[in-house]
Amino acid sequence: MSVLTPPRSAQSGPPSGRGARRAPGARENFSAWANRHRKWLFAAPAMIFVGVLIVFPLAWTLYLSLTDSQGSVRAASEFVGLQNYLTVLSDAERFWPAVGRTLSFTGVALVCEVVLGMCIALLLWRPFRGEKWVRVAILLPLVATPVAVGMMWRLIFDPNIGFVNQLLGMVGIPPQPWLSGQDTALGTTIFMDVWQWTPMVVLILLAGLTSLSEEPDEAARMDGANAFQRFFFITLPLMMPTVIVAILLRGIDALKTFDILYATKGKGGGSFHEVETLNVYAYGLSFDYNQYGLSSAVLILFFMIIIGSMWLLTMRKKAVSK
Amino acid sequence: MKRRSIMQYAAVAAALSLGLTACGGASGSSDAKTAGTVRVTLANHVWTEGIKAAIPEFEKSSGLKVELTQLGEDQLSDQYNVKLNAGSDEIDVMMYRPLQEGKAFAKNGYLADLTSKVSSDSSWDWKDYQDGPVKATTADGKVVGVPIITEREVLYYRKDLLKAAGLEVPKTMEELEAAAKAIKASSPDTAGFVARTGKSAAVTQFSSFLYSFGGDFTDATGKSAVNTDAAKKAYAYYGGLIKNYGPANVSTDMSWPEAMAIFTQGKAAFYTEADSLYKNATDPAKSKVADTVGFAALPAGPAGSKPYNIPSWGLAVNQASGNQDNAWKFIQWATSKERTLAAQKAGVPGPRASVWSDPAGTSTYPKDLAEAIAASAKNGVGHDRPEVVTVGKAREIVGGPIVATITGADASAAADTAHEAFQKFLDSEKK
Repeated sequence: MSVLTPPRSAQSGPPSGRGARRAPGARENFSAWANRHRKWLFAAPAMIFVGVLIVFPLAWTLYLSLTDSQGSVRAASEFVGLQNYLTVLSDAERFWPAVGRTLSFTGVALVCEVVLGMCIALLLWRPFRGEKWVRVAILLPLVATPVAVGMMWRLIFDPNIGFVNQLLGMVGIPPQPWLSGQDTALGTTIFMDVWQWTPMVVLILLAGLTSLSEEPDEAARMDGANAFQRFFFITLPLMMPTVIVAILLRGIDALKTFDILYATKGKGGGSFHEVETLNVYAYGLSFDYNQYGLSSAVLILFFMIIIGSMWLLTMRKKAVSK
Repeated sequence: MKRRSIMQYAAVAAALSLGLTACGGASGSSDAKTAGTVRVTLANHVWTEGIKAAIPEFEKSSGLKVELTQLGEDQLSDQYNVKLNAGSDEIDVMMYRPLQEGKAFAKNGYLADLTSKVSSDSSWDWKDYQDGPVKATTADGKVVGVPIITEREVLYYRKDLLKAAGLEVPKTMEELEAAAKAIKASSPDTAGFVARTGKSAAVTQFSSFLYSFGGDFTDATGKSAVNTDAAKKAYAYYGGLIKNYGPANVSTDMSWPEAMAIFTQGKAAFYTEADSLYKNATDPAKSKVADTVGFAALPAGPAGSKPYNIPSWGLAVNQASGNQDNAWKFIQWATSKERTLAAQKAGVPGPRASVWSDPAGTSTYPKDLAEAIAASAKNGVGHDRPEVVTVGKAREIVGGPIVATITGADASAAADTAHEAFQKFLDSEKK
């Protein structure tokens, strides 16, 4: 044993230097090498995974976005440089409205989820009777599959046979178009997103709240600060790093939303593209129009938007944490 | 000792993962060929239900094993896009839509040439197939698919509502509009007329109206014809029927499941749809109005009654499959005269002339439906959407005026806008 794994102090060269590799015996050689590089060896599967499933597709998408690939990705395509980007960026009919919808969907959903999430987290912060049941009930939407959620709400919001309109009818309110209206569809899908994802924000914020020190709050209470003052001047500033983490996690997800939009409004985000976000647009370009070059350009631009927003938020978090 | 164990763990982990990979490989493609498995991908459809039940028969007689994948229409389409694009050999037999994907698939070389196979067996009889469906599954003179389901647009109506209003079954578009108007006026909760409203989904059903008004998507020279007088009138008529006499709060996203639901819930008097979906309306388990549904040929427009008469689905063999002979055996069995007759009796209108001329072929159909189908087959048009490569995009363009009219916009202006976009699209496809 001692021959196979000599103590570090007995080795001639530096522990991780190349000289150590020249130790006699092939087996010892590999074993020693593996031990020295175990950090890399054990990370290798994950690195290969990232390489194959993230870096390669990204690089391939980038390549496709510079070609006129369409019909089939295996068909001959020509290198067209930035032509696809120019086409996309000058498309005021589908691309820019989709950017607008993506941002407004994300923005409105995020604001609603964080505000609502904070309110619910504050309610759940202090122990109360039946707390366990309330927590379980709140988490239910989170465990449902988004596509199933989409289908369910589609039925509930159906203009003619849907539950919501029938309920409204009982109290004398005329039926509303909800998902079928050109102006109301995006709002309705935002509502569905808020319904499903607020619990996640609650979870994150609740974790943040429970880890807060009680002293500043108590000191403020002694000084006669009321509940609102204590929340806005003590709790909220202390919670800011957690809030930003919640915004970061939820924001990236909201930007990428696809399933509930596709499940409720289908290809193109409805007949008037009323809920067509960048994701839905890129999907349609690929799977309906088979324009892989254009679709890739949209996806690369979309990727840049996501990276950009993440970077902004991370900067903000650093500033708040200081 | 500690370091040694790291090595040991790593070795075990490596051996395990290699072993798993090896197992995975064994159950993959090579195994399928040697063990005689046919991998078949089918859409959710009445035809599929029938064939699924009969597969044990095929397995017994051929000694082959069938691995079946069944998917919804959109998922099926996406699956093909991904797998065929990647050159995957995981699919042997594929159910596809000749008019939707046929041109694109053939152009990309995804479909195997079946020309010699279809003519090799005289008892299976390729000549028995109707001309329209054969044309749709032929590309550049090569047979690339075998049609399995044909469709024509017919008028579904409610006998009870017509009787109560003292109305005859409409024979012309004017009569249809008048009847829809009368019923909507007498009972505001019931729509006079319902049909698909989704921009892309409605195109196929609108096409019969377009032809009956004397129009088409393109003219004889292949140029856009969606802004001709006939087309404008057809858009105004179809959109107007739904806008004025359709369900309250009509959505502009309806495909057949939604429109059919409104009709089968008893909330509409008239409905135009593909005949192949008739079971949804006459099956008491699915339809509240099963007893009172009647069928008629599409009412005649200024150019007569000209519904589409098309093969909506076909079977093809994946060009990349290494199992093409077995794939053909499956197709040959699934499309035989006996199977086609069985499918047709179960409610799937087939493409074989001999089955249509056999009284048993229509014995299970409601009498009025069989008559409507016979009439439609005579003067039907062989396509129900623009005949282009990127059908999805073309449908969105020519479907624009339909939804515009439903929401109250001017049909003529919408048709002009669509015409410009459609011509641009057609030019881009020629490049």
